[in-house]
Amino acid sequence: MEQLVYKKPDSIKDDFKISFCPGCDHGTAVKLVAEVLDELGVREKTIGIASVGCSVFSYDFFNVDIVEAPHGRSMAAATGVKRSKPDKIVFTYQGDGDLASIGLAETIHAMTRGEKVTAICINNTTYGMTGGQAGPTTLIGQVTTTTTSGRKAELSGYPLKISEILKEVDGTAYVARVTLDSPAAIMNAKKCIKKAFEAQIKGLGTGFIEILSTCPTNWKMTPQEAHARVRGEMSEVFKPGVYKDKVSEAL
Amino acid sequence: MGRIVLNRDRCKACYLCVDACPKKVLGADNQVNALGYYPVKADKPEECIGCAMCARVCPDIAIEKVYK
Repeated sequence: MEQLVYKKPDSIKDDFKISFCPGCDHGTAVKLVAEVLDELGVREKTIGIASVGCSVFSYDFFNVDIVEAPHGRSMAAATGVKRSKPDKIVFTYQGDGDLASIGLAETIHAMTRGEKVTAICINNTTYGMTGGQAGPTTLIGQVTTTTTSGRKAELSGYPLKISEILKEVDGTAYVARVTLDSPAAIMNAKKCIKKAFEAQIKGLGTGFIEILSTCPTNWKMTPQEAHARVRGEMSEVFKPGVYKDKVSEAL
Repeated sequence: MGRIVLNRDRCKACYLCVDACPKKVLGADNQVNALGYYPVKADKPEECIGCAMCARVCPDIAIEKVYK
């Protein structure tokens, strides 16, 4: 007798259209969030906040209600949604350019207030949707369309370490940085995303997940080479791990 | 023995599943799909163990179901 061991999550629409480039980790991240919503049984009462960036089409695949926020203002929109509907589960799905550059003030202040929401940040060290410009997380020496001879610290500063900053913010209850470069890493990422949602459900504070993601198109790499880069130079600068975990402490 | 349900018209030919499969069941098809890519295909379906690793790494949810 055949047993079903995996199926498309119900929190992904039946007629979904994944709009990401081939091999982009965004798709895997979306799928993991959807799987977690399914497992927690909160799909019916979840409201997502889409941001500007590659994540802008979130309403095309998430089978939940989605609010589209102006660039960078996802955490502000999430604050409004959660405070007016406290019984709903609210999450943002943002890129690093959205969360850590234009939206850094909104992000830090919403987390300082300890808003009971979950923020998912896709860190791919570049502005993917607009064609691969340098972002706040671009690594030193990385060639992008706006740092054509590599990012130089003296000219454009250092990459921003979002998780390290947000773990120091008192309102956050769970902060973790994960990768999606192997099946084992994907399983671990899912566990972390689940905890970030539990932080919100238990009312402990903001849950934050930074996902080290690939951008094969703008990095000009194959998906396989891009994963090797995540494992190599990206993980050296952005060290994966759980930075703060009040969820396990609360159990 | 396992079995995957593949929607070949969703596949964008990143082949991350080909690398993830421990039994090397998957390979590239030689017919393009609706998106214009050469999608994956189960070359050796009889060797599938239903571990679902291919489905977990697929960014496009082209592998919609896995049975064991």
